[in-house]
Amino acid sequence: MTTHSLPVRTDTPARTPAEKPAGRGRRLLRQRAGRQHHAGPLAYVLLVIMAVLSIFPLYWTMVAASTDNTRVSQTPPPFLPGPNLFSNLARAWDEAAMGKAMINSLIVAGVIALSTVMFATLAGFAFAKLRFKGRNVLLMLVIGTMMVPPQLGVVPLFMMMSELGWSQQLPAVIFPTLVSAVGVFFMRQYLSEALPDELVEAGRVDGAHSLRIFWSIVLPVARPAMAVLFMITFVHAWNDFFWPFVVLDMTNPTVPVALTQLSAGYVRDQSLIMAGALLGTLPLLAMFVVFGRQIVSGIMAGAVKG
Amino acid sequence: MATSTTKALTGEEPPGPPGTPGGGKTASRRSALLHRLDVKGAPFAFVAPFFIVFAAFSFYPLVYTSWISLHDVELATLDVMEWVAFDNYVELWGDSQFWNALQNTVTIGVLSTVPQLLMALGLAHLLNYRMRASLFFRVASLVPYATSVAAAALVFTMIFERDFGMINWALGAVGVDPVDWEADKWPAQVAISTIVIWRWTGYNALLYLAAMQAIPADRYEAASLDGASRWKQFTHVTVPGIRSTIVFTIVLSTIGATQLFGEPLIFGQGPNGVTGGADNQYQTLGLLLYEEGWKNYQMGRSATVAWVMFLLLVLAFAAQRLIRRLRSRTS
Repeated sequence: MTTHSLPVRTDTPARTPAEKPAGRGRRLLRQRAGRQHHAGPLAYVLLVIMAVLSIFPLYWTMVAASTDNTRVSQTPPPFLPGPNLFSNLARAWDEAAMGKAMINSLIVAGVIALSTVMFATLAGFAFAKLRFKGRNVLLMLVIGTMMVPPQLGVVPLFMMMSELGWSQQLPAVIFPTLVSAVGVFFMRQYLSEALPDELVEAGRVDGAHSLRIFWSIVLPVARPAMAVLFMITFVHAWNDFFWPFVVLDMTNPTVPVALTQLSAGYVRDQSLIMAGALLGTLPLLAMFVVFGRQIVSGIMAGAVKG
Repeated sequence: MATSTTKALTGEEPPGPPGTPGGGKTASRRSALLHRLDVKGAPFAFVAPFFIVFAAFSFYPLVYTSWISLHDVELATLDVMEWVAFDNYVELWGDSQFWNALQNTVTIGVLSTVPQLLMALGLAHLLNYRMRASLFFRVASLVPYATSVAAAALVFTMIFERDFGMINWALGAVGVDPVDWEADKWPAQVAISTIVIWRWTGYNALLYLAAMQAIPADRYEAASLDGASRWKQFTHVTVPGIRSTIVFTIVLSTIGATQLFGEPLIFGQGPNGVTGGADNQYQTLGLLLYEEGWKNYQMGRSATVAWVMFLLLVLAFAAQRLIRRLRSRTS
């Protein structure tokens, strides 16, 4: 063990000793072994039931999206996929403005996730490793902002956007969500564990300025957490509903906004509705299939704060 | 607490090997000055974007909401504000639709939050076992979290459909008469709560699981040495061990419940959505806020509802703190 010439830092608020992660770095994002009981048959049965309940509504979305209106409305309802999946998806893409909505959502969620990750890493680094006046107060302020539901400011926000001429425009959805308190806190927790003080110190001794240290020392260390934060933010931004619903309209919707229009018609075309719902969920499902492990560990790592 | 350790970490002394004083030449003095500026200023520059965006798009609107709530403002003429003092609040107080929405928000909030967190606790306990395919079960329980409110509400609208929905078909199979999950008040609130529960149980379970895994194993060993059963260990070691996370999820779910909007809106199938059913039987405060502002064009009243929602949250947390303080005093 090396002797620390640096002061040992004990100022990690909002965390009890029992919840202190065991190690540094990537281990934070890896699942730690907890209690070691083996699961019995009953536990497996219950878990399988939970998994079925979780997945079934989406499976059934696919079933309904692959049949036609008459079959969906039969009793008993269909449980197996029909032949019309791709034609229904194509119809949803063209007729229900889902194509435009998907592209809009991609832009909105992509920009929001990128900017959230960038600003959260910057602020997280400052809160974790830099010393400045009022740091703890400002950090408490960040945590406090998590308690303010954005929905409550919707009337002034709407007025602001129409004054700026952004009503029905994507910037109206993007700008209010460019940063996230959860993201800042998440990156701070990660960097205070994963980034050794010695590295930052070494950069200082070499005469590097703060931005340079951020760029060449912090970013490489932060990358795994940044990737996780990107995905979680993307999911949230993609699914965000209230504010986009208020400020956008059907000529320029995001996916959730377009989905509300699907069900508003006089004749409800059930399989078209389900095809739209499926289409709007597919990108995120694909992300979960490929990066499920990282997303799960990211949510769990963010959770260890109590 | 930070000041005593400041120097060591940020290196307030000028760079360079010890023993060569930085003063003397102007060049090195200037670089020392720049260095000091960087060390002092950079942290603020790094945290500034967060606070600027938050101030502009969250804090200012929240404060301005209270100002607007004291005015009459119409959606079509947003720049014309007529001062009415507390008229909006007085009208809201006398409006039965408001009390109905408040009541629905509370009942749906309880119906959706309590089972959700209890189930999440159970699921987390199951996920905490050592087992095969643990990653699959974790990702599977997170799948609803990947589904948007809109998509989830559309699917559940069909599953709860009166005439051909799956739930009524299953109920019919065991001899129960079909339920009108949209038009009847309590069934509608149960159905809407089901959507919330479905979407958030797995997410909360993962938060609990993370906290459970941080409980030191020796606490369980000590408990089992004392002869505590598995159930006793769960209630006496696990639950107290993740207490702060439980409080955290209660806070998050309470905030979510007071803001509930998408589920009842879409479950109402279009025209009835904003009013929360033909008789407002599942209209929440979130829906009322939208109806006042964007259907009745009364932005002042809409802001009033928003401000009342905020007060409601503050009250809820004050009550929670009070209960906690009373409980810790009695125990």
